[in-house]
Amino acid sequence: MATTRGAAVRYESVQKSYDGVSLVVKNLNLDIPPGEFLTMLGPSGSGKTTCLMMLAGFEPATHGEIFLNDRPINNVPPHKRGIGMVFQNYALFPHMTVAENLAFPLQVRNMGKAEQEEKVKRALEMVELGDFGNRRPAQLSGGQQQRVAVARALVFDPELVLMDEPLGALDKQLREQMQYEIKHIHENLGVTVVYVTHDQTEALTMSDRVAVFNDGVIQQLSSPDILYEDPQNSFVAQFIGENNKLSGKVVEIQGEECRVELDDGTQLKADKVNVGGVGDRTTISLRPERVEFDTHDAMDNIMNGRIEELIYLGDHIRVRMNVAGNDEFIAKVRNRGEKRNLSVGDTVPIGWSLGDCKALDPVA
Amino acid sequence: MSDTTSEQVLTTQDGKPLKQALASALRREKMRALLLIAPLLIFILLTFVAPIVDMLFRSVENSIVADTLPNTVVAMQEWDAASGNLPDEAVFAALYDDLGVAVKEKTHTRLGSRLNYEKTGMSSLFRKTGRRVKRMDEGGPFKEQFIKADKKWGQVETWATLKTFSPRYTSAYFLSAADAQLTPEGVKMKPEEQQVYLFLFGRTLFLSITITVCCLLLGYPIAFLLAALPLRTSNLLMILVLLPFWTSLLVRTSAWKVLLQQQGVINDFLVWTGIVSEAGRLVMINNQTGTIIAMTHILLPFMILPLYSVMKTISPTYVRAAKSLGANDCSAFWRVYFPQSVPGIGAGAVLVFILAIGYYITPELVGGTSGIFISNRIAYHISSSLNWGLAAALGTLLLVAVMVLFMVYDRIVGIDNVKLG
Ligand SMILES: Nc1ncnc2c1ncn2[C@@H]1O[C@H](COP(=O)(O)OP(=O)(O)OP(=O)(O)O)[C@@H](O)[C@H]1O
Ligand SMILES: [Mg+2]
Repeated sequence: MATTRGAAVRYESVQKSYDGVSLVVKNLNLDIPPGEFLTMLGPSGSGKTTCLMMLAGFEPATHGEIFLNDRPINNVPPHKRGIGMVFQNYALFPHMTVAENLAFPLQVRNMGKAEQEEKVKRALEMVELGDFGNRRPAQLSGGQQQRVAVARALVFDPELVLMDEPLGALDKQLREQMQYEIKHIHENLGVTVVYVTHDQTEALTMSDRVAVFNDGVIQQLSSPDILYEDPQNSFVAQFIGENNKLSGKVVEIQGEECRVELDDGTQLKADKVNVGGVGDRTTISLRPERVEFDTHDAMDNIMNGRIEELIYLGDHIRVRMNVAGNDEFIAKVRNRGEKRNLSVGDTVPIGWSLGDCKALDPVA
Repeated sequence: MSDTTSEQVLTTQDGKPLKQALASALRREKMRALLLIAPLLIFILLTFVAPIVDMLFRSVENSIVADTLPNTVVAMQEWDAASGNLPDEAVFAALYDDLGVAVKEKTHTRLGSRLNYEKTGMSSLFRKTGRRVKRMDEGGPFKEQFIKADKKWGQVETWATLKTFSPRYTSAYFLSAADAQLTPEGVKMKPEEQQVYLFLFGRTLFLSITITVCCLLLGYPIAFLLAALPLRTSNLLMILVLLPFWTSLLVRTSAWKVLLQQQGVINDFLVWTGIVSEAGRLVMINNQTGTIIAMTHILLPFMILPLYSVMKTISPTYVRAAKSLGANDCSAFWRVYFPQSVPGIGAGAVLVFILAIGYYITPELVGGTSGIFISNRIAYHISSSLNWGLAAALGTLLLVAVMVLFMVYDRIVGIDNVKLG
């Protein structure tokens, strides 16, 4: 990060209701330091856009206060907040050329003509669209329009940029390319970015921190690696990456560890992350790539599973098995070249270490 | 196998040239498509195109003189009105023959009324002569007998008029529609006090533009509101907008009479509140004000509907984007929303203007004398004065004027900038 000229954002016990009956955002507390790339991730309808709109000023908060650089902004109209915004469908003005689109925020700020041109030119170069100034938005490809939208949100040097699913309309390849470009722009400019997506890969690759939303509540707020390695509850474990669930009952707690008895009677040792006391139900979460087929006695957990299906995927083999009555149990075997005798119908031993399996809140 | 050179003619399996086979295959398709639209095509041809062509034809058609007085017209060819002399005996003899036939077929009075449009007194001349011609001496000389029957036959102007209108096609109706006339001396403007049509055309244009502007000013905010409100509320409002369509035009216009007349509801209210005095009751009906108010009301939906359907497609995120970029409400509207609604304005304005310029019934009912349109005049000539040629010429001029305006509009605004949704 070259220089941090980003703004700090703070939500303080913010609530939002559209209809006065149900809360769409429930008691949101969120502190975003200057220059951070924060992503709001969550399923459809979880309130991400609503949070963003409250920050941009298009929706009033029903309760609570939002601070921008420690200044309360609930009563500041959107055009005085100085926040750049990239909309999902870009919202480029169709009756203006690309250059006019970029000059728009400068014109309404009464900036001098020469300075405007200079800034527009630099912004276009930043997104590598130097020659496209005279085109209409409709004459650009989706990816180019997207870049113009990013340039327009940045051209007036805002300290904070909001992006609401800006890559939603692009195909996979372009999406990945744009993810890196946006990331680099963020690194070069040092602005604070609040980014909304429901694509977890996008969230993991781009963000400093990710806030996982569900049902109007932040389920977990942490850096991408922690989110993957140490999910705090079953929702996060399921939502981020692939995940096996085994449900059972806590039979013993020892410090940070616990012993869980599965429904078929097998006992497992697991990290005690989100369980109540002995006797409570729990769901064990286990990543497919942590399942080992070369078991040895030192392993914390060893079980038997029957192979139901084998899918060859080149770099790895996906094995669907029946483990403890759950026939959706997935294991990934890395393809290292050695011959492995796995065939459908076999019952084979599998194992994993205690730290890879988390005892979380029960799911139905 | 696939290397066909350019000289080789591609053929089908049984040796027919490929192009021909393709054409005949396509012809069958085309015929079938044509059959599908044939009923509509015939309907439009019969009820729309044919009357228009007929109207265009009537505006120049003038065979009545040549049909009723065929021999006279031929005999008159040699005669020159500028000489100042009456035509010679042969022409009068021809006139006697022609009138004999015409009186038998009773066509001479129609000729009289036709020529009366051009020169007053012609109608009575023919009626009178028609009665006398039976009693004339078959042996001649006819010149004296005609002049005795009516001394107008002894005037050069009578014959000049007859000669001027003897060709089968005439520009007289068009000249008349433009306040000019065809005299034996050539084209001249009509006397000042008889000039009505150019003035009426001007007024029609002016009132139509005024009505269009009024509709736009009143309709734009409503359409904006309709497009911005949630669907349920906007549907309800839309019903209110369309309500005028469900009541008869006559009822609505009469309602305006009740509201606007000097002893009407609005004036009573104004007098009651003391805004105007009893003596100073406003004249709002049977004049231009009445026409403008009533027609704005009637045509308003035609402005609102295209505006609404265009505005509905303008995503609210544009205005949000403008605001997030620092524009206040006013500049977000004028610089981002308004330009995108221009196609709707274009469509609404064209629709309202074209409907207004040909409107008839409302000006007739509430326009008085100062608020009537050219169309009222056309209707008068069709149903009262029976001068269909002039009505056709006026109609044609109106049609041409609208087309010219349309082209100008296309130049300025661009027809592809007009969107109905
Ligand atoms: N203008 C509105 N009026 C009423 N309810 C709304 C409005 N906007 C959103 N909602 C409701 O609020 C909830 C959260 O919506 P929001 O748009 O914030 O979800 P989101 O997380 O952005 O979802 P997505 O990923 O689909 O964009 C939804 O249940 C939605 O129906
Ligand atoms: Mg959203």
